[in-house]
Amino acid sequence: MKKKRSVIEIISSVRFIHILLAIILGFAVGALFLAVMGVSVGDAYGKLLDSVTTVKGISYVIVYATPYILTGLSVAFSFKTGVFNIGAEGQFVVGSMAAAVTGILLKDLPKPALIPLCFLAAMAAGALWGIIVGTLKTKWGINEVLAMIMFNWIAFYLSNYIAGLPGIKNTGTAEATQTISENARTLLSKQTIADLGLAPTANWGILVALIAMILVWFIIEKTTLGYELKAVGSNRFAAEYGGIGVNRSILTALAISGALAGLGGSLQVMGMGSRISIFSAQEGFGFGGIVVALIGCSNPFGALAAGLFYGALTYGGSKLNLVGAPTQLISVIVGTVVFFIAISVIFERLGGGIRARRNAVAREDKEKREAAKKPPLEEAKEPPAEAAGSGGAPEEEGKEGEAK
Amino acid sequence: MKKILALTLSLCLILGLAACGGKTEPTTAAPETTKAQDQTTAAPTEAPTEAPTEAPTTAAPAAKVKIGMVTDVGGVNDQSFNQTSWEGLQALAAEDSSFEVKYLESKTDADYQTNINTFIDDGYDLIICVGYMLADATKEAAEANPNQKFAIIDDSTCADLPNVACLMFAQEQASYLVGLVAGSVTQSKTVGYVQGMVSDTMNLFGIGYITGVLEVCPDAQVLQYNANNFGDIPGGNTAAKDMITKGADVIYHAAGGTGMGVINACDEAGIWAIGVDTDQSPLAPEHVITSAMKRVDVASQDISKAVKAGNFTAGVHLYDLSNGGVDLAPTRTHIPADVLKLVEEKKAAIIAGQFTVPTSVDDCPAFTLK
Repeated sequence: MKKKRSVIEIISSVRFIHILLAIILGFAVGALFLAVMGVSVGDAYGKLLDSVTTVKGISYVIVYATPYILTGLSVAFSFKTGVFNIGAEGQFVVGSMAAAVTGILLKDLPKPALIPLCFLAAMAAGALWGIIVGTLKTKWGINEVLAMIMFNWIAFYLSNYIAGLPGIKNTGTAEATQTISENARTLLSKQTIADLGLAPTANWGILVALIAMILVWFIIEKTTLGYELKAVGSNRFAAEYGGIGVNRSILTALAISGALAGLGGSLQVMGMGSRISIFSAQEGFGFGGIVVALIGCSNPFGALAAGLFYGALTYGGSKLNLVGAPTQLISVIVGTVVFFIAISVIFERLGGGIRARRNAVAREDKEKREAAKKPPLEEAKEPPAEAAGSGGAPEEEGKEGEAK
Repeated sequence: MKKILALTLSLCLILGLAACGGKTEPTTAAPETTKAQDQTTAAPTEAPTEAPTEAPTTAAPAAKVKIGMVTDVGGVNDQSFNQTSWEGLQALAAEDSSFEVKYLESKTDADYQTNINTFIDDGYDLIICVGYMLADATKEAAEANPNQKFAIIDDSTCADLPNVACLMFAQEQASYLVGLVAGSVTQSKTVGYVQGMVSDTMNLFGIGYITGVLEVCPDAQVLQYNANNFGDIPGGNTAAKDMITKGADVIYHAAGGTGMGVINACDEAGIWAIGVDTDQSPLAPEHVITSAMKRVDVASQDISKAVKAGNFTAGVHLYDLSNGGVDLAPTRTHIPADVLKLVEEKKAAIIAGQFTVPTSVDDCPAFTLK
């Protein structure tokens, strides 16, 4: 169904242009707010751009983007399979806590053993969080969105509880877990960081994110499992009729999705975080993942690009205070982008409808003209010629549908 | 055709955006050399008019003293120590233009290090880290950058580092004074206390308060609640309502944002609330009887001035009643005169060293939060 598309085709596709427009509009609305607040737009956006275009800045962007790429992949994967993983937040939290607990309790293990163990623990915890919700859905038909939102809070308070346990709690005054073992950190060596002038928290977690991205793409596009999951996503009744175990598919999808978010949590705590604080508010890595998946068109590669974009906004945005602009500007920009992406779907439908009507009118006109001009004998030849003339619209619509 | 049109259009827009970004290059590059005169968003037209008038007074080459403040996850508008500290710095910059003050907000626990490093990279003279949550990040940064001066509020674990000033407050003294007020004005002999988190630092608030209450009203019952959260307004509200149902007519909170809920509940029920950290009277002018003030603003100003004067000292700087670092809030209209007199006497006794407010859980058996 899906043929390979060149980069140019992707860039010139309607969907891509809509996203680009949404991003530009996001910045425009942000500029509007800045102007109303009396902050120089040039100063604020200049700061944003400056802070993410140095070597150090880029390394920071990658560090900040890594967890969002994973939660973005998680949500994107769930979108492909017809469930909406709004629970990435909770899966991220239990994943990061599982990795932290492993990294604190087994601190004497050597690096090559401890790091994979932390990853596994995080993925298992995230997958478990997904499976619980999946079971509630498949066994008792409990709406997964509601269950997930509640499970986000269960994860939140569970994490706070674990962070306060003796043996895990920080030995100093901080309301956080202990710092995880040096052997569980994914940081680059101090020497490399100093030599290249990178961020002090630069880590190789991004490589794990890249591998995860390729795996997700492979599962969705190249395996029977992916085909089944997509089939369930498109129409579960048709899939069931086709002999696919729908319940099993939903569980698998949520488990993989949860494992991805959990892995994101471990990358965050093993890379930049080093410990988990007792939260007073949700940190929003999972919700950020929803934004990333939306901007990235639920495509694994799109999630990478969107994750980097989101990371750049988050890191660059943290410096906005320095030029007198509030960091909340980033939320305004991101919110606007999501808004315009969401309504672009409406535009596409609307545009598609108008185009179809226009084509129909054009066809009628043409038919009338042809009928008036030409003798009835040649009428038989017309349909092919006409199809070639108005062929652009259906093809384009097909592509839009695909991207969704 | 349409596609190409759309592509060109979007390219134009991108280029337009890029041009906008490009335009800022010269203005952002300029501050590198002329940072001294560059105010936060000073328009270029302002510079020539101001430069000559300022030059003689501040001696042209004198660079600005750059103070950077990193908030904890509470943010700069937390109605608590982040806000107080920032207001203090702003006031300082307003009265002495040789100070340049900036803040960075932390969204997550992992942002502390990033924000501290932003200030280090930008060459700030002093970095003020607000709150003990930043202790680990501060310690790491201070060890890695021995020439960078730091100050941290409410933490003494970095006291052994030669470049960190630990700004500590005698929370128990102010809490003791508000405890005296609570014990004096309660009629039901039941008072409430909501704490944000159980830790050695936070327990000082409860110990001081309960000691004060029991001193003037020995048979009073002190209802205690640990919210385990500094940002849970509904949780604070519920806890306070629960205490009010049980008969409390004065409630003290040491719980940051959670305390907003406590004060709201007291305001609704028409009983006394006691604020913390800042003068919280404006939150419910009719029902906040007093607040246990912690002059984080003064401490931030002091350490900034010390950096400017070149006499920055590391180690613990203790702010207590004797140097005005903690005290009752200035709004005292609701406190009866005789109670105020008692408070002033006790305050004098503490300053004179005749009385020491206990700081250990063992000295205050009535304190039950664990």
